[in-house]
Amino acid sequence: MYNQTEIIKDTSELGAEGELVINMGPQHPATHGVLHLVVTLNGETIKKIEPHLGYIHRSIEKMCESLTYRQFIYVTSRMDYLSSHINNLGCALLVEKGMAIEVPDRAKYIRVILSELTRIASHELWLGAMAMDLGAFTPFFYAFREREMITDIMEDTCGARLTMNYIVPGGLMYDIHPDFQKKVKAFITQFKSKVTEYEDLVTNNVIFQSRTKGVGILSAEDAISYGCTGPVARASGVSCDIRKLYPYEVYDKVEFDEVLETAGDSFARYIVRVKEMNQSIRIIEQLIDNIPEGDFVGKTKNVLKLPKGEFYTRVETARGEFGVYIVSEGGTTPHRIKFRSPGFSNLSVLNHIAAGSKIGDLMASMGTLDLVIPDIDR
Amino acid sequence: MFLKDYISDVVNGVSSLLKGMRKTGYYFTHPKEIITEQYPDNRATLLLSERFKGEVVMPHDANNEHTCTGCTACELACPNGTIKVVTKFEVSPEGKKKKAIDALVYRLELCTMCNLCIVACPSDAIKMAPNFEHSVFDRTKLTKVLNQPGSKIREGIE
Repeated sequence: MYNQTEIIKDTSELGAEGELVINMGPQHPATHGVLHLVVTLNGETIKKIEPHLGYIHRSIEKMCESLTYRQFIYVTSRMDYLSSHINNLGCALLVEKGMAIEVPDRAKYIRVILSELTRIASHELWLGAMAMDLGAFTPFFYAFREREMITDIMEDTCGARLTMNYIVPGGLMYDIHPDFQKKVKAFITQFKSKVTEYEDLVTNNVIFQSRTKGVGILSAEDAISYGCTGPVARASGVSCDIRKLYPYEVYDKVEFDEVLETAGDSFARYIVRVKEMNQSIRIIEQLIDNIPEGDFVGKTKNVLKLPKGEFYTRVETARGEFGVYIVSEGGTTPHRIKFRSPGFSNLSVLNHIAAGSKIGDLMASMGTLDLVIPDIDR
Repeated sequence: MFLKDYISDVVNGVSSLLKGMRKTGYYFTHPKEIITEQYPDNRATLLLSERFKGEVVMPHDANNEHTCTGCTACELACPNGTIKVVTKFEVSPEGKKKKAIDALVYRLELCTMCNLCIVACPSDAIKMAPNFEHSVFDRTKLTKVLNQPGSKIREGIE
C-alpha cells in the first residue's frame, strides 16, 4: 500500500518495473460468469494470470451424497448448464452400469439425438458469445436464432429449455413429443441453409481471423499434460473423443468423424467447434428416421441400490470429457461422489497459453476455451 | 512492395466487412424473416408447450374431487423437501377409518421443476402446469396448498 498524497520517487517498492495487477471479474462481461482472473501486466503484455474460483461454489458433490440415485441426476444439470442433458446421461449411465439395468433401444436412440442437439445448442451459444467477446455483436443474434429452434424442441419433449432432467436410470422420463421428428428435421434444413451465414459473418472475416490466428497456441504435449479434453485438445491434434474411443449408447452404430486440427491456436479451436456442429447434424440425420418402436424406459426396482464398490463412467460433453466417480457402500445414496468436469482442466491451461501475449488477445484465448464457470466451481 | 501489401490488406478488409454488412442489410430490408418476439405485449398469443414444467398443480374435477390418496410418494421423491403431505383420518358413516389428505403443501420457492414427484405419483393426482410468471411481492405467497378447500378424494381411488 502507498500513501496517495505522497509522490513516490523510487518505484522499485511497487513491484518489479511497474508491474500492474488488474482484477478481471468476478463481474466482467467477457468472463461469462463469476470468474475472477488476477492478471499481472507489464505494460500491455501479460506476465501471469491467476484464476480465483469459488464464487459460485454450491457443493454439488456433497449435496449428491444425501440424495438417492434417482434424485442426484437433476443436480448435475446445474453444473455445465449448456450441456445439462449430457451430464444427466453420464450419471444415468453409471447407475445403469452399476446395477446392470437394461435400457431399451428406443431410449438409447433418443438419448443420443438429444445429446447431439444439446451439443449444437452449446456450440451455437459459444459461437455467438465468442464473436461478441471480440467485438462483433451481430453473430450473437444469428447464432441464437438457430439455438432457439433447439430449445423449442427441448421444451416440447423434455418440458424445460435449459435444465431438462429428462433422463432417468433405465431410460427416459416420458416418451418424445409426437412432433419431435418433424421439428428436428425442420431444424436440420434450417441449420444447413443458414450455416453459410456464419462463414460470411465470422469465419471469413479478416478482423476475426487476424485476432485469432496464432493467438493462444497450445501444443499437443501441453494439452495432454494439462489434461485438456474436448475441442481444446482436438484443436491441438490430440485424439480424445470419448464417443469414438469408448463408445456408449449407439455411437458405435453411427458414422461420424472426429474433428482434428493441428495448429492449436484460437482459430483452430473455433474451426473444430464449427465442424463439430456439422458432424452432430450428420449423427442426427442417421438416427432420426430409425428410432425403433418399443418402451422408452426399462424395468427398474423401486429403490435403487448400487452394489458395494467403485464406479466410473465418462461421456463427451460439448466441452470435453465429463466423468462421474461414485464410491458406494451398498446404500441408497452414494458414499462419495466426484465429478471430473472438463472446464476445470481447460481453465488451468489459460496461464500457459496467454502469458506473454497482449491483453487484447486474452479475450480470444479465453473465449475459445469455452469456459462455463458453474462447471468449474460446482 | 510494402504499398502493395498495404493496399491489398485494405481491400481485403473492406470486402470482408461488406460481405458481413450485406447479411445485415438483407435482414434490414426483409423484416418478415425476423423472429424476435415482443414478450410482454404478445402475452395473449404466447404459446407454451403443454409439457412445459412451470409449477405443480393438482387437477380437480367439477365435483371438487381429486385423486390424491395421501401416500406421500411425492414427498419421498422430492430432492429438496418442496412437498409436504399432511394427512388425516376420515371416518365414514359405517365407522370405518380412511386415510385422506388434509393439505398438500407445495413450496414453489424451493421447487426446481425436476418432475420427479409427478413420475412417482401412483394415482396421477398432481401434474405440471405451463405457468411461468411466478413473481409476487411477498415470499409467503409462494407457499401454496394444492388441494382446494372442501375437496375430497374421488370414489374408487385406493
